[in-house]
Amino acid sequence: MGRMGAEDPVSISGRSPGARLMAVMTVRRAPIGPMLALQTRAEFLKLWRVPAFSITSLFLPVMFYAFIGIGQSSQVISPHVTFGAYFLASMAVYAVANVMIFSFGISVATERGMKMDVLMRATPMPPFIYLLSKCITAVVFAALTLAVLFPFAYIAGAVRLDAAVWATLGYRVLLGSIPFIALGFAIGYLSGPNSAVAVINLIYLPTAFASGLFFPKQMLPSFIQSIAPYLPLHFFGQLGWDAIGAPTDGTVTTDWLYLVGYGVLFFAVAVWAYRREESRKFS
Amino acid sequence: MTVAAQLIDATKKYGTVEALKGVSLDIGLGEVVAMLGPNGAGKTTSISLLLGLRKPTSGKALLFGLKPDDLNARSRVGVMLQESGIPSMLKVREIVDLFRSYYARPMARDRAIGMAGLEEKANALVKELSGGQRQRLYFALAVCGDPEVLFLDEPTVGMDVEGRRSFIARIAEFAQMGRTVVLTTHYLEEADQLAKRVIVIDRGLVIADASPQEIKSKVAGKRVRFTAVALSEQDLDGLPITSSTINDHSVQLLTNQPEAVLRELFRRGVEISNLELSGADLEDAFISLTTHGVRPEGRP
Repeated sequence: MGRMGAEDPVSISGRSPGARLMAVMTVRRAPIGPMLALQTRAEFLKLWRVPAFSITSLFLPVMFYAFIGIGQSSQVISPHVTFGAYFLASMAVYAVANVMIFSFGISVATERGMKMDVLMRATPMPPFIYLLSKCITAVVFAALTLAVLFPFAYIAGAVRLDAAVWATLGYRVLLGSIPFIALGFAIGYLSGPNSAVAVINLIYLPTAFASGLFFPKQMLPSFIQSIAPYLPLHFFGQLGWDAIGAPTDGTVTTDWLYLVGYGVLFFAVAVWAYRREESRKFS
Repeated sequence: MTVAAQLIDATKKYGTVEALKGVSLDIGLGEVVAMLGPNGAGKTTSISLLLGLRKPTSGKALLFGLKPDDLNARSRVGVMLQESGIPSMLKVREIVDLFRSYYARPMARDRAIGMAGLEEKANALVKELSGGQRQRLYFALAVCGDPEVLFLDEPTVGMDVEGRRSFIARIAEFAQMGRTVVLTTHYLEEADQLAKRVIVIDRGLVIADASPQEIKSKVAGKRVRFTAVALSEQDLDGLPITSSTINDHSVQLLTNQPEAVLRELFRRGVEISNLELSGADLEDAFISLTTHGVRPEGRP
């Protein structure tokens, strides 16, 4: 059946046996490469053309850095570490996790609300293309935010680091954001289009503060200090601070392990939420 | 393989609601079929099963002999759904190109845009389109893959008369390419104009499956309409009619023996006014079929 039985009269009657054989063996599926390229381009444009997302993602971290980071940029907070570098790491973490959570959380929730998922479901596009194109787009956006933030810190904050340190900060921040992709998906499948924005804003910014991304932990209220060490953004932040040479709790290895653990947890929630949606909408 | 889509004794329950109570139908390649029925009849459910958007509670749905969620089957099908959404921040030509990339042998982008009459809006963002233009865009997305079978679920809902007329012409243009078209509608003129075969569905069951002409002839051929201020059920007892519809004082009867019916009504002393006698069209056949089922005439 399927490909081999595709002898419908409309398409191959009247052809020579050789042509019929070719028609029967013809793959009726579209090539994946161009599909992925166009889908990724579409996903990117969908975000790029919404200033509320694109402008905010690219420039909010820079704005925070301008207000908070530049003033005390050259202050040394521990051996060989300036506040400027410390806050750069904080903002890099903030910026990238922000892109992941917002771009997945809100776009998935919105698209579900618009019933786009129903129409997409009826097309021959394989579902993994949708996911993969969103991931690629998010990574590109995340890289763009760093491409704006790093030069700004260098120029306006006079942050001076070895090239290897810049690179380490960059790759750790991009790699460490993967669990937040899963978190974004989970939120996207659990929230409605209107609540997604509220949920994310109410969770994300306070958590970023509580994790010590804006103020060092010591300046936070004591009850927050007790939970801060366990927050995923805290572990993510530690990867960044360690990259620029600041002292952190635990080791880089434990940071990665905790992030992986959170990633598995968020992924499980996302899969559960997706399956729940499947059985409600498509069974 | 000449069967494009099949439902085999398909039932569908949403919780306790039985949307389909056992529907079997075969749609062959090249057929232009309208599924006609009132709201809630089970048309959208039938299409959802055929497209793999929903699974039957029992029975089977097949697309080209495959399970409908098989991408090999979906690759040969274009779809226009009632519940649908597209990203508002893409341009018309961008989204048509995107959907074209899902198919192995799509038609040229400009041809798809042309079939939907959106040439002037090709560079507009989706959010700038009017309601009717959006519907036409959904149509462009349905045909851009150059599919063998086109499914359209209530495509002209919400359109004005002119929009509906030109849309029907676009569907007819596609059908004339020798393709299979499966259209659901509760607009009887659409079914009559477009389809060679009409499947009437009501309350989850197929109650008729024939050409528009046959359906019209199956049900009585004449329509008798009048106003009667004092008319009771007994006044219609035993009359050779296949259906009666009474709204306030306005009465409509379908019968093949209009003269006998009128003679008997006058004999019974029923006072009538505004008498109209005409041939029954598909609308009458439809109302008759869905409110009373097809009965041999003469039986009340």
